[in-house]
Amino acid sequence: MTSVALARPSGLPAAMVRAVLLALFAFAIFGPLLNLVLWAFAEKWYFPSKLPLEYGLAFWRRVFAPRGNALGSLGTSVWIALLTVALSLAVAVPAGYALARLRLPWRGLILLAFLLPQAVPNLPVYVNIARVFYQIGLAGTVTGVVLVHASHGLVLAVWIASAAFAAVDDSLEEAARNLGASAWACFRTVTLPLAGPGLMASAIFVFLESLDEFTGTFFVGVPDITTLPLLMFNASMGGNYQIASITALLLLLPSIGFMLVVERFLKADVLAMVGR
Amino acid sequence: MTNSKVGPGRAGAARRADRWRRLTGLALVAPALLVVALFFVLPLGLSAIGAFRAADGRFTLAHFEKSLDLYTNDLVFTVAIVAASTVLIALVAIAIAGYLTLGENRRAVAVLRWLYRWPLFIPFVVAGQVMRTFLAKNGLLNHVLIGTGLLDPLAAQSVLDWRGIVIAFVWKQAPFVTLLLAGAMASLDRTHVEAARNLGAPRWRVLGGIVLPQVRGTLLVGLVLSFVTMLSVLSVPLMINPNSPTMVTVDVAYRINTHGDYAVANALCLICLLFAAVGAAFYLRHAVAKAEPAA
Repeated sequence: MTSVALARPSGLPAAMVRAVLLALFAFAIFGPLLNLVLWAFAEKWYFPSKLPLEYGLAFWRRVFAPRGNALGSLGTSVWIALLTVALSLAVAVPAGYALARLRLPWRGLILLAFLLPQAVPNLPVYVNIARVFYQIGLAGTVTGVVLVHASHGLVLAVWIASAAFAAVDDSLEEAARNLGASAWACFRTVTLPLAGPGLMASAIFVFLESLDEFTGTFFVGVPDITTLPLLMFNASMGGNYQIASITALLLLLPSIGFMLVVERFLKADVLAMVGR
Repeated sequence: MTNSKVGPGRAGAARRADRWRRLTGLALVAPALLVVALFFVLPLGLSAIGAFRAADGRFTLAHFEKSLDLYTNDLVFTVAIVAASTVLIALVAIAIAGYLTLGENRRAVAVLRWLYRWPLFIPFVVAGQVMRTFLAKNGLLNHVLIGTGLLDPLAAQSVLDWRGIVIAFVWKQAPFVTLLLAGAMASLDRTHVEAARNLGAPRWRVLGGIVLPQVRGTLLVGLVLSFVTMLSVLSVPLMINPNSPTMVTVDVAYRINTHGDYAVANALCLICLLFAAVGAAFYLRHAVAKAEPAA
């Protein structure tokens, strides 16, 4: 009896230990986020007061003022992210299809090339591409930033697109071809719609990665391109915690929203194919 | 085998069709490869060349000597921070994924599953800002510790040094590794686990002896990806602790923005690449080994 009780601690004490551990974990996850929210609504807050002395929306009005630069940065960020998604998917969907469905020579080498940007620290790349772009006039332009974001984002897009195509049952394609559909009609009406959710997921991944990207924009975008992460960074380093926290909250919303719905787009059958 | 039985004309046609398919495949992959080659591989090569080139174009090791002279401390510091973060991430991920797989209290498992992923897609730069407020002397962490009587108000101090960087890294990256690990554990065959449980093995022994050995590959991939990512994060060290000793990424940005010194920056980058290469070698071997059988 005692050995069973030792092996399986149950009843009240175990439940309490469990509850305390979960509460500690919840604090570790949400404590930092809560602190950010407090700063976003604090008008006055200095040591040693535990909570803000005054709450208000004055800083929100400043951030969203028509002349404030947050809305401009938000526009720049979203525009760059949309262009990055368009460029990344335009080259990643064909590549993903070829990797999943066609016999490729040097397949291992090609896969290696698409692993590289995820497996190598990106700092040397950003530093040197900024220098090259400076010489050819692409530094500080939207095009330059989009190219840098896309070269990193398309790798994720290729992986996910290839997994999405690999998860499509090829007997359905064969059936369409046997019924007389051309290769293109079969791709358009059978393969593409079935791979749709996976491709949507890769588009969202690329969009978020571009929206959140900091280091590449920091080197390539200066001084003319200020995306939301750079605006947040500048505000924070300038000691303006309210503006920084409000901008950080703006950046958090899409990230957390995606975290909550990611499994609807990335089904287990697609996830199981990633990296195959 | 079949080719030998059909006539030479049919074999030639089949070969042509096969070559055509391969060319189509290459043509579909080419644009994506071109983007990676131009905007990733090329600058990487330039970095390697720049690190060894003197002002007059000749080969030199002077940039590395200068890098080691000025930044040996920061290089050691970088490896220590990233290694410590990786170990902590592994422990956290194993603990959470293990409980998600073997936990018997359904409600606790559901709560934990809902909780752990929140930082998953939060960018590093936001994680840096979040921790800058949370770990400051006036941050929520200190106030909660003081409020619960665990910390003397006079002893309160800022955690915004190397500890802050490690905490930010673990907070941000552990959910990613946990997600991969929990996914791999969920797809395991449960019969061994249940057999061991029925024979009375405690859960931590089932985790260590049966579950973990089967998902080692996934854990390794997640950890190496995190290791490499953390090596080149600039925002977190800049925001949490930009003063020496700090991470090499901060020094690289400083060399470029303040001195326009690309040579030393490239040498520092190359040393970081060397650190990453150790990890990436593991990762690529595993990833390509997995990719080959499907080809």
